[in-house]
Amino acid sequence: MNVVVTILSLAITSSVALLLASLGEMVNQRAGIFNLGCEGIMSMGAFLGMLIPYSVGHGGATPGVYNVLGLLAATAMGALLGLFFGLIVVTFRAPQGIAGIGLQMFGAGAAGTLFRHFVGGTQSVPGITTPAIPILSKIPFLGQVFFSQNVLVYIAYLLVPAIWYILFKTPWGLEVRSVGTHPRAADSIGINVTKIRYQSLAVGGALAGLAGAYLSLCQAKMFSDSIVSGRGFIAVALVYFGHWQPVKIMWGALLFSLAQTFQTIIQSKGINFPYEFAVMLPYVLVIVVLAFDRESQRLGPTALGIPFNREIRT
Amino acid sequence: MTKQFRILYKTVILLLAVLATMALGAIILLAIGAPVMKTYGVIVFAPLKNIGLISEVLIRTIPLTIIALGIAVAYRSGIINIGAEGQMAMGILATTAVALAIPNLPKPILLPLALVAGITGGALWGAIPGVLKAKLQVSELLSTVMLNYIAEQFYTFCLRKPMLDPAEMTTGSGTPQSMRLTKNIWLTRFIPGTRLHTGIFIAIAFAIIIYFMLWKTASGYKMRAAGASQRSARYGGINVAKYLVIAMLFSGGFAGLAGAVEICGVHHRAIQGITSGYGFSGIVVALFGGLHPAGIIPAAFFFGLLLVGGNMTQNAVGVPANMVQVLQGVIILVIVATQMVLSNAYLMEKVWRKTHKEATS
Amino acid sequence: MEHITKRFPGVLASDDISLSVGEGEVLALVGENGAGKTTLMNILMGLYQQDEGKIFINGQEMRFHSPNDAFAAGLGMVHQQYMLVPNMTVTENIALGYKQAWKPWKLDLAKVRNHIMEVSQTYGLSVDPDAYIWQLSVGEQQRVELVKTLCLGARFLILDEPTSALTPQETDELIALLKKMTSDLSIIFISHKLQEVTDLSDKITILRHGAVVFNGNTKDHSPSDIAALMTGHEVVMPQNKEKGTLQAEALVVKNINVRSDRGFLALNDLSLSVHSGEIVGLAGVSGNGQRELAEAINGLRHVESGTITFYGQDITNKTPHDVIKEGMGYIPEERNTEGIVPPFSMKENFILKDSSAQTYNKGIFLNKKIIAQNASRLRKDFDIRSPNTEIAAGTLSGGNIQKVILAREITREPKFLVAVYPIRGLDLGAAQFIHEQLLAKRKEGLGILLISEELDEILALSDRVAVIFKGHIQQILPRSEADRRKLGMLMAGV
Repeated sequence: MNVVVTILSLAITSSVALLLASLGEMVNQRAGIFNLGCEGIMSMGAFLGMLIPYSVGHGGATPGVYNVLGLLAATAMGALLGLFFGLIVVTFRAPQGIAGIGLQMFGAGAAGTLFRHFVGGTQSVPGITTPAIPILSKIPFLGQVFFSQNVLVYIAYLLVPAIWYILFKTPWGLEVRSVGTHPRAADSIGINVTKIRYQSLAVGGALAGLAGAYLSLCQAKMFSDSIVSGRGFIAVALVYFGHWQPVKIMWGALLFSLAQTFQTIIQSKGINFPYEFAVMLPYVLVIVVLAFDRESQRLGPTALGIPFNREIRT
Repeated sequence: MTKQFRILYKTVILLLAVLATMALGAIILLAIGAPVMKTYGVIVFAPLKNIGLISEVLIRTIPLTIIALGIAVAYRSGIINIGAEGQMAMGILATTAVALAIPNLPKPILLPLALVAGITGGALWGAIPGVLKAKLQVSELLSTVMLNYIAEQFYTFCLRKPMLDPAEMTTGSGTPQSMRLTKNIWLTRFIPGTRLHTGIFIAIAFAIIIYFMLWKTASGYKMRAAGASQRSARYGGINVAKYLVIAMLFSGGFAGLAGAVEICGVHHRAIQGITSGYGFSGIVVALFGGLHPAGIIPAAFFFGLLLVGGNMTQNAVGVPANMVQVLQGVIILVIVATQMVLSNAYLMEKVWRKTHKEATS
Repeated sequence: MEHITKRFPGVLASDDISLSVGEGEVLALVGENGAGKTTLMNILMGLYQQDEGKIFINGQEMRFHSPNDAFAAGLGMVHQQYMLVPNMTVTENIALGYKQAWKPWKLDLAKVRNHIMEVSQTYGLSVDPDAYIWQLSVGEQQRVELVKTLCLGARFLILDEPTSALTPQETDELIALLKKMTSDLSIIFISHKLQEVTDLSDKITILRHGAVVFNGNTKDHSPSDIAALMTGHEVVMPQNKEKGTLQAEALVVKNINVRSDRGFLALNDLSLSVHSGEIVGLAGVSGNGQRELAEAINGLRHVESGTITFYGQDITNKTPHDVIKEGMGYIPEERNTEGIVPPFSMKENFILKDSSAQTYNKGIFLNKKIIAQNASRLRKDFDIRSPNTEIAAGTLSGGNIQKVILAREITREPKFLVAVYPIRGLDLGAAQFIHEQLLAKRKEGLGILLISEELDEILALSDRVAVIFKGHIQQILPRSEADRRKLGMLMAGV
């Protein structure tokens, strides 16, 4: 029983980074842009998240406000990198796949360079602690699994209905969806396709940055080159898996983080199973999911990946 | 519009691209307080100072060339191979397995066999995303990246368990690596005092082979057509799915070959970190070289410079080696953006008219 | 509009154009394909910026930087390809432009819906606000577009080729509707169909190669005058006058069921046969299965049941390569994305289907000399206008691209040709050439399945006319019995 509690609780904790990044990626994909650089933005976010608390406290405890500043810095940088990506793929109309890889390398490299210069080594930070919710966390089983998480977990899961509302019930969401499905129609009715795409990339980048900061401040409580290890790419895959819908993406994030926690459980139980195969599991799962969910290809925003050019005469 | 103007226009665009690259890299350099121009100087010029350093650049040029050739074949056939890291790793494992299994065969037999094993390992690993795309329309962008991570884990496992050096087991120092491989697969180091090995001739030979294959044969034509306009190629009777898989077999096989060459020429044993970055650097080299063998060889040399120079910057100017990855990312972004600018005829006309008007008014 | 000039790379799309429309008037903007009509209207709607010239609305000079400016000035446009987002409802589509319903945190769809119902009532345009666009027929979608422009406050309506996708009956209804609307609105409509122009318009402006060649009142001129002014010379499109002698059955399609990309049954128990030396014209409103039929015949789309036989050989579900080898020729619907490889040179495009052929190979290498010779010959024989054979095929004009495809297909000596919308978007000169070639090949014994939306083309070239509706052949008539009215009714499913 204890094992199940640990597994579920851990799965929820480690799903947040995937969830945040994937929700963000969904927003820009709905507008027609897919950003493989999500992984690189998460790297930068992870670095910036812990930089501020570390600089102040050098590994020791610091007032919570510095953690918040770290989160804000990561989110802001994420938005900035998203806009930068917009410059390349919206204004210059470069192919999004390869450009995304370029952004990933830039982000990962920058994070590594800056980290070695400003922090170096394997410094850890106390990070964001987990205040248990009074009363609710005492409920047997449910309390330990759901109500003893850190604050960002609740924020992340609240974002699911929030983003759903924004995308489907507000004018901006309507604009985003039209731009990703039929940009020419949106353009002809006066919607600024370029502006909407930039905005959606800023949102996507911001959430990816936040996701990265979560990794360094809440999950691993440190930074290293391999802290993201593919979560950004998995987040992009999750958008396909979740058919570009917030709730489905949420389930996907939980499923994949379950696969990731599998490895921790095996090691902690001392089972004699090569841990490498357990680590492989989420990545294999992505491929299996992509291979067998053919439906998803038809459901995506029709203009996904296609640069918009008003001047092209059809 | 005159031909002069066209050439001038394109040159200016390229210069702006170079400046943009340096500026974007400078952002990070300034953030860490490093001297910008001096750093760039170290990266590009320091490795040229003596024969020893130049040979190190050439050593890196070899796998970069081979991998980039493979990526170029795939790219031109319409499939973007981000999985060279994993394919290289699999190639290394295959080569090592052969060398460990039958070390006593004479060199003229074992060496080619080892290289072929490397090619096969990489090709099979590359075939997976190829088939996934051809049969199930799975985007290769995601599948190749995932396979990189999977291969990385598998590689570590093999070095930790089945292929572990017996010496490591006894001393217990725990480094995951294989034992020293038989001299029968070593590529000759032909310049005394350096590590430069005959793999360089293999790289050049394959560059020539790829040139003829892609541009002078019917199969190459079909692959390029499939990459240039998949629908039209299909309507023209070309079996696009088949060529996608063939392209990935080539691409993976080349990455595997690069791995094999690294084992046989440089390291002589399988260790952690051989692939690190070559798979991704190979992509940048391919793009920078215009996806053509004639451009890839000099591009590979340039990136070899970057890699060696990047290792020297920590000591010289206090810039961590990760800066090379930053530059690679920037170069990719600038290249793809520049390509779009160069192919924008409308823009060129606008600039012509604006400048021409000023001249006559 | 005064002295409007607009340039695109290598093309002067609008050359010092001036025209005017009064209140309640209908102006027809006429010209061949490529004359610059759509470009001019896009300038008026703020989608493009003119390089020179001025626009005046009600005497005031206006500068439109975006469609929003045009809407604010009371302009509205129904484009040739409908600007409707398929997976959104009618209400959502109109809400995209209905800024009054945009509150910061909520989209007031109810408000939009009410306005839609109002407009619908006033003008007699019935639409279902909750329907998804993909559920609607072409005619219904057009009504939605009209309602949209009216909801957004249009006092001045621009219609781009409004009847191109309608049956003759739907066309009549639309014209009656537009006549009624002139009591409230002024209208510019673009068309190359002279019948509508004379029916509906008060004034005519004719464009040719981007410049105005005529501006006048409709009632002062006859249709043939107008036709002559449109093209600059008397154009007689080739007619199929020879009586065919019945030859062997070349292509027999029997009871095939084929699915569309969306999963619906696009072809429903369809049967059709074509003989060698005959042209069968397939008439029908676009979207009734024409694409799927052409693809099924050429092995590009799966046939679920039924058979396709070609000169006695069963070619159902064979690969495109095998079908080509059997002797099938194909001029596909989309020249740029299906017919040629745009970045490849013209020379390389000619051998698209024959890259492995003995003639073009010397050992394992391609024979550059033969390939180049072939290209020069074809370029000359088919009068393809280009500086040489090295340039990228994608940079050629539409007509020349089509000639490249035609040249390639015809000179391969196919036993049959499937031609889909072969003259769509081409100027009359190129269209004339292509029709001449098709008729010539017919005389030599080639069987041709001609799929087209233009009844003129079908009636001019076919020996027999088949009508397709919702994936099924309604009827096959010999040319002598096929007239517009009958075909129109069959095309509408009657």
